[in-house]
Amino acid sequence: MPGLLLSGHIMTDDNLQRTPLAGLMEELGGKMVPFAGYAMPVQFTPGIMAEHNWTRENCGLFDVSHMGQAYVCGRDNAATIAALEAIMPGNLAGLAPGEQRYSLLLNADGGILDDLMVTRSLNPADDGRIMLVVNAGFKTEDFAYIAANLPSGITLEQAPDKALIALQGPKAAAVMAPLCADAGAMVFMQARNTQIGGIDCHITRSGYTGEDGWEISVAGDRAEDLARLLLENEAVQSIGLGARDSLRLEVGLCLSGHDFDASRTPIEAGLAWAVPKVRRERADFPGAAKILQQLADGVPQKRVGIRPLGRAPAREGTHIHLGGEHVGEITSGGFGPTLGGPVAMGYVRADLSAPGTAIELMVRGKAHPAEVAKMPFVPQNYYRG
Amino acid sequence: MSKLYFTEDHEWLNVDGDNATIGISTYAAGQLGDVVFVELPDVGKTANKGEDVAVVESVKSASEIYAPVSGEITAANDTLEDAPETVNEDAQGKGWFFKMTVSDASQLEGLMDEAAYAEFIKE
Repeated sequence: MPGLLLSGHIMTDDNLQRTPLAGLMEELGGKMVPFAGYAMPVQFTPGIMAEHNWTRENCGLFDVSHMGQAYVCGRDNAATIAALEAIMPGNLAGLAPGEQRYSLLLNADGGILDDLMVTRSLNPADDGRIMLVVNAGFKTEDFAYIAANLPSGITLEQAPDKALIALQGPKAAAVMAPLCADAGAMVFMQARNTQIGGIDCHITRSGYTGEDGWEISVAGDRAEDLARLLLENEAVQSIGLGARDSLRLEVGLCLSGHDFDASRTPIEAGLAWAVPKVRRERADFPGAAKILQQLADGVPQKRVGIRPLGRAPAREGTHIHLGGEHVGEITSGGFGPTLGGPVAMGYVRADLSAPGTAIELMVRGKAHPAEVAKMPFVPQNYYRG
Repeated sequence: MSKLYFTEDHEWLNVDGDNATIGISTYAAGQLGDVVFVELPDVGKTANKGEDVAVVESVKSASEIYAPVSGEITAANDTLEDAPETVNEDAQGKGWFFKMTVSDASQLEGLMDEAAYAEFIKE
């Protein structure tokens, strides 16, 4: 069983960065592994399955401080938004104060460099200041690309001293209620500055598990106090990156660099909804000509959900065949604890992308029957008021 | 009288004469986490020592199981196909993977006994 002892003694590895919560995660029994240059907990004592189920039924606390937080700052909201819309296809001008959007960082060919969250502050004093959260593994490249593409007068301020805590699950609202008077009035994808138990933070009602919850941006030196406060509630357990991955896969959310990369456009990646009508009409985002043509004429391959019909999980890289012909590849795959079976997503030839289409997954040289399936596999449970 | 051996790949073999029952150690099952799938070898297949003959998958990853000695596969634990969690519940008992013949008893010499394996996993 090679690769079994993944954790080894990496806690002493000087090359890995530590988040402000790494010490607490270790104290809580986190099995620390290298991830995107950080020592991060892949799981805790209960294990991935139990942690996944706990998050679906109760409330999970995730350290996601390795993600990249930054602010793009211009003289007013319109100036900053214009600069961001030049590199992202979202309707960012439509962001009201205190709103958040999911968007994509595109290269000149319309390829997806990364996905990210874009938030406009509720506070009028922050006018012109837009918050970004990007993936840990790409933050260096993302921030360099963004900075290089900002016009003069607009600046990128990274926030490496901030921690990010995700509180996710159907009991998250009950956990927040006694600690944060503002939280309950928020709906999915809203944001505000507030205090939790007296600790200053910026919260968004969002996350990446498919559950209701918040992502909490907090000064690094207050992060541990805040996490301990949240963990005092018996509904809250610390959850590792392993369960975070199975949770997001079950609700059909993409993992950047796997379920898309710079070689895929939003249309191929099944993210056409992230290129809304108002931007299609203006055709003023990177790769617009290509993306609009794909919208009109179709794409050669498309990202789809996949349900293996047997019990064998099909992992990333698994070839998809049909009648002996190679028709695609799995980009994320594993076991879905809530589904109680294997689950995957990947790219198939566009004519095979309809739910119910029979395909074969080549696992260890053998063809395993599978079906293209509608996503999300498990219903999303966001709070929309 | 059977004898229990362990390999450095965290597999156990219970050897009785020319026959061995093989599985993964309790320690390995704990490290692996929740087992969600086991792929077993075909009965009748001949395997060389070190050849990968089975696969055990947790939520997160797939790990290969090697033939710890050379021989012929004589049985596979089909109950694991529908109840892979048995590997977590009873790794060194009901969670066995397969049985095989031991074609060269000298291959057992380099393996660990229970006490040596207990030391090995402490390191």
